[in-house]
Amino acid sequence: MSVALNSADIGRAITRIAHEILERNSGSESITILGIPTRGADIAYRLASSIEAIEGSPVQVGALDITLHRDDLRMRAPRALMETKIPPLGVEGRTVILVDDVLFSGRTIRSALDALGEIGRPQRVQLAVLVDRGHRELPIKADFVGKNLPTSASQSVKVHLSERDGIDEVTIEGQVL
Amino acid sequence: MRHLLSINDLNKEQALEILDTALEMVRVNEGPVKKLPTLRGKTVVNLFAEDSTRTRISFEAAAKRLSADVINFTAKGSSLSKGESLKDTAMTLQAMGADAVVIRHPASGAAHQLAQGKWVSGVVINAGDGTHEHPSQALLDSFTIRQHLKGGSGDLSGIRVAIVGDILHSRVARSNILLLKKLGATVVLVAPPTLLPYEVERWGVEVSHKFSEVIPTVDAVIMLRIQQERMSDLYFPSEREYSTLFGINAERLALTKKGSIIMHPGPMNRGLEITADVADSPQSVVVEQVSNGVAIRMAILYLFIAGSQESGL
Repeated sequence: MSVALNSADIGRAITRIAHEILERNSGSESITILGIPTRGADIAYRLASSIEAIEGSPVQVGALDITLHRDDLRMRAPRALMETKIPPLGVEGRTVILVDDVLFSGRTIRSALDALGEIGRPQRVQLAVLVDRGHRELPIKADFVGKNLPTSASQSVKVHLSERDGIDEVTIEGQVL
Repeated sequence: MRHLLSINDLNKEQALEILDTALEMVRVNEGPVKKLPTLRGKTVVNLFAEDSTRTRISFEAAAKRLSADVINFTAKGSSLSKGESLKDTAMTLQAMGADAVVIRHPASGAAHQLAQGKWVSGVVINAGDGTHEHPSQALLDSFTIRQHLKGGSGDLSGIRVAIVGDILHSRVARSNILLLKKLGATVVLVAPPTLLPYEVERWGVEVSHKFSEVIPTVDAVIMLRIQQERMSDLYFPSEREYSTLFGINAERLALTKKGSIIMHPGPMNRGLEITADVADSPQSVVVEQVSNGVAIRMAILYLFIAGSQESGL
């Protein structure tokens, strides 16, 4: 196991992404941040408070559960659903920023786009991830990346966040085959 | 293969998982697009050998909102009315490749027979068998109680529920007693002695014959329908007397605890077990029970069908 990002790295990455989001969207007025549970949602809330600290005004933030839209439901045991929480202004006509912890095959994001379509029609959708580890199986690309981590498909990337795991850390586990 | 034949097929955690999943399904049902791709390509057969309105359309709406294909099979207008046996009907469904069979049948144990006889390879969901059980109704009742009295989460500890009426013939009562106790609630049965089952005291519930004394002590009242179709003998002297002693009316409603709710699984005999002014009062959650029913059945179909093994045909 090796540590790819420590607590300070994660903090800096989130602050930088917050600035990038504000730069790209000329402020926070039009944006709605939606994290994919569980850790994507944790990062979404951190991003929102980081943006609020910079701009000094509240940000629309929530969570979007994608379980019922997964394309592997047939193969796996059913999972418990997580909470979907859409902020008051909704998604209609807004710039939605999807947030996840790790971008891997891209299938989660495809499911998230489907789930989003059920709630409304955003003006545009952008994607922010803490870690991009490659190995995409779908034509999906992140707009904001905390860290690109080249990995082997046999390895696994684990994100630990203090809210849930007591520590802020991203680790790579397993051997390169 | 997991089936849902009885509330006893679920432990407390699994029952709570169904309720929690249903909470998310309620959100879907309140959204602008009431459709999920979850069960696309799956086939759900509604095999209804007994009349039913809300349970059948509720399971149908639930399956359709999850994108499953639905085949409705009712006794009237099918070979069941020509005398075809349950086994032959089941084998026909099997040949059509049903991933789940939702069965309502007048014979107690029909769902068990279908599942244990291995006549179908899909999941069997009991939607009411004779006077035995009706698990999805109990789940939606507990869900409704939890929404109103426990803020929509956790179990039902500390809640006291009265079940009033024809306990003897009621599958709704049996499933509700099992589930409410499992979730930590206290149950009081209120009925004339003729409508209580033999050895009911062994069920771990309180029993009373005095409705007006019980009402101020409970958080929720579940009124049961007087099932004229199951009553071959005389169980009470007259409908009027039953209504006076065991029906809920405006005077009894005035005795209820503040914030308590009145429930009825439907269809209601207005004027017999419940008066119209009570059925339409703000404390009545009958209509909400119906909409919660769709969410509960979506949760059941999702948790039992998604991820189940492909049929081995």
